[in-house]
Amino acid sequence: MSETATSTETGAKRPGDGEPLMEVRDLVKHFPLTHGIIFQRKVGAVQAVDGISFDVMRGETLGLVGESGCGKSTTARLLLRLMDPTSGSIRFEGQEIADLSGDRLKRLRQDMQMIFQDPYSSLNPRKTIGTIIGEPFAIQGMHTGEGERKRTVQELMDVVGLNPEHYNRYPHEFSGGQRQRIGVARALALKPKLIVADEPVSALDVSIQAQILNLLRELQRELGLTLVFIAHDLSVVRHMCDRVAVMYLGRIVEMASSEELYAHPRMPYTGALMSAVPVADPRLAAGKKRQVLAGDVPSPTNPPQACRFHTRCWKAQEICRQEDPPLEVKEGGNVAACHFPLTDAEVAERVPTFRAQRQQG
Amino acid sequence: MALLEIDNLRVHFDTDDGVVKAVDGISYSVDRGQTLGIVGESGSGKSVSSLTVMGLSRARNARISGSIKFDGKELLTASDDELRTIRGDDIAMIFQDPLSSLHPFYKVGTQIVEAIRTHRDVSKQQAYDRAVEMLGLVGIPEPRKRAESYPHEFSGGMRQRAMIAMALANDPKLLIADEPTTALDVTVQAQILELIERLQSEFDTAVVVITHDLGVVAEMADEIAVMYAGRIVEQADTDTIFAGPEHPYTWGLLSSIPKLDAPRDEELVPIAGRPPSLINLPGGCSFHPRCPYVKPAHMKVDPALEPLPDNARHKVACLLDSQTRRRLWRELREGTAPVEARADVMKDTPPEEAIEALAETEGRPAGTSVEEQPS
Repeated sequence: MSETATSTETGAKRPGDGEPLMEVRDLVKHFPLTHGIIFQRKVGAVQAVDGISFDVMRGETLGLVGESGCGKSTTARLLLRLMDPTSGSIRFEGQEIADLSGDRLKRLRQDMQMIFQDPYSSLNPRKTIGTIIGEPFAIQGMHTGEGERKRTVQELMDVVGLNPEHYNRYPHEFSGGQRQRIGVARALALKPKLIVADEPVSALDVSIQAQILNLLRELQRELGLTLVFIAHDLSVVRHMCDRVAVMYLGRIVEMASSEELYAHPRMPYTGALMSAVPVADPRLAAGKKRQVLAGDVPSPTNPPQACRFHTRCWKAQEICRQEDPPLEVKEGGNVAACHFPLTDAEVAERVPTFRAQRQQG
Repeated sequence: MALLEIDNLRVHFDTDDGVVKAVDGISYSVDRGQTLGIVGESGSGKSVSSLTVMGLSRARNARISGSIKFDGKELLTASDDELRTIRGDDIAMIFQDPLSSLHPFYKVGTQIVEAIRTHRDVSKQQAYDRAVEMLGLVGIPEPRKRAESYPHEFSGGMRQRAMIAMALANDPKLLIADEPTTALDVTVQAQILELIERLQSEFDTAVVVITHDLGVVAEMADEIAVMYAGRIVEQADTDTIFAGPEHPYTWGLLSSIPKLDAPRDEELVPIAGRPPSLINLPGGCSFHPRCPYVKPAHMKVDPALEPLPDNARHKVACLLDSQTRRRLWRELREGTAPVEARADVMKDTPPEEAIEALAETEGRPAGTSVEEQPS
């Protein structure tokens, strides 16, 4: 499964940077469920991430999408080694990092940083933003001179569009959008190669959201950052990402370049997600057949056998309950795990972007 | 006569910091079977206006004036007892956060039974049957069994559906949905929207949906009111709002969201700055500090919401003349950045006034510099 998922067919479309920064193979994270207090018996496991493989190319933005509980945030934390994987391999610039610890892990953190969802709870209210943005330097023992650190932090504040004179202010003096800029500045401080952004704009108003998205794109262009971008808003993901991986119950079920994924999703789950997005355009919305998925995501403690989506899939047949479909290249170049991928006609009925792109072409 | 008619509603709160003008003179009406969408950013007063319809903003420090007529009856002067009989019966509300709106201590079925028995003279058993029927109607599997569950045993989508079941249990004439799907995944959101639409067509309910998600109103609403700083700044039917909006704030909202059919490398055009404080509103047009097309006069004159000469159902509160607005919107859609467009508007302004105007707009809150540089 890992071979097909990472074949060059889904590789980055950008010229000159076909080399992976991060390679993830068969990554698994199970959270044990235990019973009893002293002699804890393991009674099961939440299979948050269950064998995923993908590459993150240098300089690209990889999107992770899926419903809540699909394992996308766990994946983000595993990539940054904020959690220990149950099994599997993560290679960063060719070096295995899944089992790093202590000093070597700390050094690695210089190269990978995170932007969090909630700009209110991710900033310490008792520290000035100068201290918050300078904290990575303190931890890594860089720019130790007081004047030098202040100057570096103020440069960072300028880069993300904060007024450097606000160095000594506290987080509560800033609006949500500005706080998120503080989070971005902190993530940029150590000049990382990889930034994982977990729902960085979901808590913001639309007009502010656009400011942060533009900032991230601008920084990526200027600094050559590699981004892993997690969001549930599919139009934001399309706007930001070069490639997108769709997750369902701890697995990657489809992966393709943004253009291909939104033009012709192959996995019925991806199709349903796209069909469900309300389109801010009455012309496109009219005549769309909204594909409504029945019920909720099954529990990751006891996921369905074989294809995990079969319980909610309108195309499911006997084989879907018997055999786990491999992740393989389907028509149009998408990599999908499905026995009965969507045809163009089925996509056209349900997904407004398909029709929009046809009209353009 | 419309089912709900709101006329010049003002809701001001006296606080230690000054008077918060949460809602500052709004008027709208909703008919049976119709859906009105109210959009705006946080702090634009969209929730307070609907809470006032429910009589839920009657705090000691609140000053409410204007008129809210429901089915011909004035609600602002109604007593608390009178309101209590209407609330949850003829007018129902779905709140944003289903976890904090359900009582954690009581079973879901019991809570719906309470909502029914408050307004209907029925036996416990009849009310319980009705509760189970409603849970089934909103698509909760095994409703008789799930009525015995506590809210924490429900997923987010199920809780929201239980809230809807409770809201609709008494066949309300008007349903107010305040961000009904914001906390939910897109797939569940689609289920809930579909459900509200289906129930609306079955019972001919009037719906007011309050949201910041333009996608949701595009799919649900017949008419849209765009709120900014406690006022309605533009109001029209849904197609007009998306095809020919005439207020710069509406343009800003529309260009801030990535479009599924736009080329991927297209830059978003955010609205500069942030919403004003409702205590200390900017003089003149309250949008002027963020408006790329501001002229000096706009800082002194407060525009009224007026119907367009050629379309009385399309109302806009903007001091630019309609012809200029239409030209600007055309240019915006063709991809002219607002900075260039601003230079264009400023052309007709005498130079000394233009400098003054620019100086004023430069005094925006920090953190807006990046967005203003054309890329």
